[in-house]
Amino acid sequence: MRRASIESWECLSKMEDLNLILPNIPHLHRLPTYEEYGGGYQALRKALGMKPEDVVEEVKKSGLRGRGGACFPTGLKWSFMPKQAEKTKYLCANGDESEPGTFKDRQIFEFNPHLFIEGSLIAAYAMGVKTTYVYLRGEYHRWSKLLQRAIDEAYEKGYIGENILGSGFSTEMYIHRGAGAYICGEESALMNSLEGERGYPRVRPPFPAQFGLWGCPTTINNIETLANVPIIINRGADWYSKIGALKHTGTLLFGLSGHVQKPGVYELPTGVLLTDLIDEYGGGVPGEKKIKAIIPGGSSTKVLRGDEIDGLKMDAESLKAVGTSIGTGGVVVMDEDTDIAKVIWRITKFYHHESCGQCTPCREGTGWMEKILERIWRGEGRAEDLDLLLDVANNIEGNTICALGDAAAWPVQSFLKKFHSEFEARVKRSAIAAVS
Amino acid sequence: MLSEVNLKKFEELKKRYPTLKALILPVLWMIQEQEGYISMESMRYVSELLKVPYGHVFGVVSFYTMFHQRPVGKHHIQLCTNISCSLLGAERLYNRLTGKLKVKAGGVTSDKKFSLEEVECLGSCGTAPMMMINGEFYENLDEARIDRILGMLK
Repeated sequence: MRRASIESWECLSKMEDLNLILPNIPHLHRLPTYEEYGGGYQALRKALGMKPEDVVEEVKKSGLRGRGGACFPTGLKWSFMPKQAEKTKYLCANGDESEPGTFKDRQIFEFNPHLFIEGSLIAAYAMGVKTTYVYLRGEYHRWSKLLQRAIDEAYEKGYIGENILGSGFSTEMYIHRGAGAYICGEESALMNSLEGERGYPRVRPPFPAQFGLWGCPTTINNIETLANVPIIINRGADWYSKIGALKHTGTLLFGLSGHVQKPGVYELPTGVLLTDLIDEYGGGVPGEKKIKAIIPGGSSTKVLRGDEIDGLKMDAESLKAVGTSIGTGGVVVMDEDTDIAKVIWRITKFYHHESCGQCTPCREGTGWMEKILERIWRGEGRAEDLDLLLDVANNIEGNTICALGDAAAWPVQSFLKKFHSEFEARVKRSAIAAVS
Repeated sequence: MLSEVNLKKFEELKKRYPTLKALILPVLWMIQEQEGYISMESMRYVSELLKVPYGHVFGVVSFYTMFHQRPVGKHHIQLCTNISCSLLGAERLYNRLTGKLKVKAGGVTSDKKFSLEEVECLGSCGTAPMMMINGEFYENLDEARIDRILGMLK
């Protein structure tokens, strides 16, 4: 079988410059290679010689923001953890990676798992964490085995466990396997899932840093976020903060999919032009077709039309300025022949399936939206459907415990807004067909 | 019941969590790997093993889509039809699969060899369209490859 990752690896190797997370070094996933060529565990050594609060400070200064979609400043998140705590402190590394259009963390598990492990260990040291749980989506069984092998190697060499490198600091790391629920990538649902509950998000406050896993102080970080940490500690926050966009520093693992010649994961500095990502790295749209629509950061992010992307930079602030967000960096390209109504129906079907059922607006609303969109797509839409659809979406947004409600509403709102005339024409056509 | 090997694993896993309840996903995974699915009897066993009510175990099993409550085929085919796969022809593949296997999504072939399921994004968008068979990813699919893969599976 041909594997995704090999192709992506070829894509990656074409850019020598800033492959910090996925450098082109064969066998980097094995510990000896990671130690010899990847600067392996030097950052951990360095961090263990620093005061924990200085490590947090360095990460703050680097400008690193979370790679899971919300872009929250990582150092700031770490600083919320109580310095002195009677209770055990936990770190959850979020590898639930289930946002449609997103397939980046699996590259880290496959090609550079030790970078992630080292980053988690530095985070654990900085926050005084006793146990790290790596929550992996159930479907990533193969990657779970790859990561487990790397964790075992690190245990054997004394990088994880008791008295790490003679520093007196001890911490454990375990993989916890999910079982197929998008919602468990939401941080509070992830904690409930780990505790053995159904994956229901929790009402906040209290926030995880005060009351997380089993009521103990907990931080949840994305896999890619943690993989950035050794780079920051090794090269210094000053160096790191100069990469990419001013307010959203570093490189991102962009997952490019849909109608492009060369889909795959591309590591590029934030602020790269979207058109460069698609044309230069992705080889453009097959058949030199025009781009009709683009989802810039996973299916939850608001859609852009092809005529809106000239000069658009791919970083949190630039995308915010045009009313969407960078999300997980999962870019989905759709060519001029794409049936927009079908796409938004399919996306909405996903949110309906994945809604945990806790909050009425999301549980019921996603189902209603799916139904309405399906009839529009099938040419059975009614003239009032567009207003009804928007009304349902607006009543989900902001009215749920977690962000899944918003994530379901935003695509619907934005597809309707950006392609309004197309939807209007379609429901009109169905009305005429119904009369005649 | 957990096999002897898995019971040993269970004892090891206990050290990783402060509560027994947290072991529910790992234990359910072990049971599904042993039995192929999670029966009511197994759920009662898990309830006793972890000292949680039966209703809780059932609640967890029914929440997660990867747990099967009834037997699936020897080769459990899960085809992604989410956005990136759909853009690149997942529906054609779905039709090919249903045509060849003579079952719809959710069905098991009469010889119990194959079962088919339509699933949400599996994180293979860069190699779409794709499917998963018994946990293995099959990527960059087209109809000809589907035919070849089905032919290979005994």
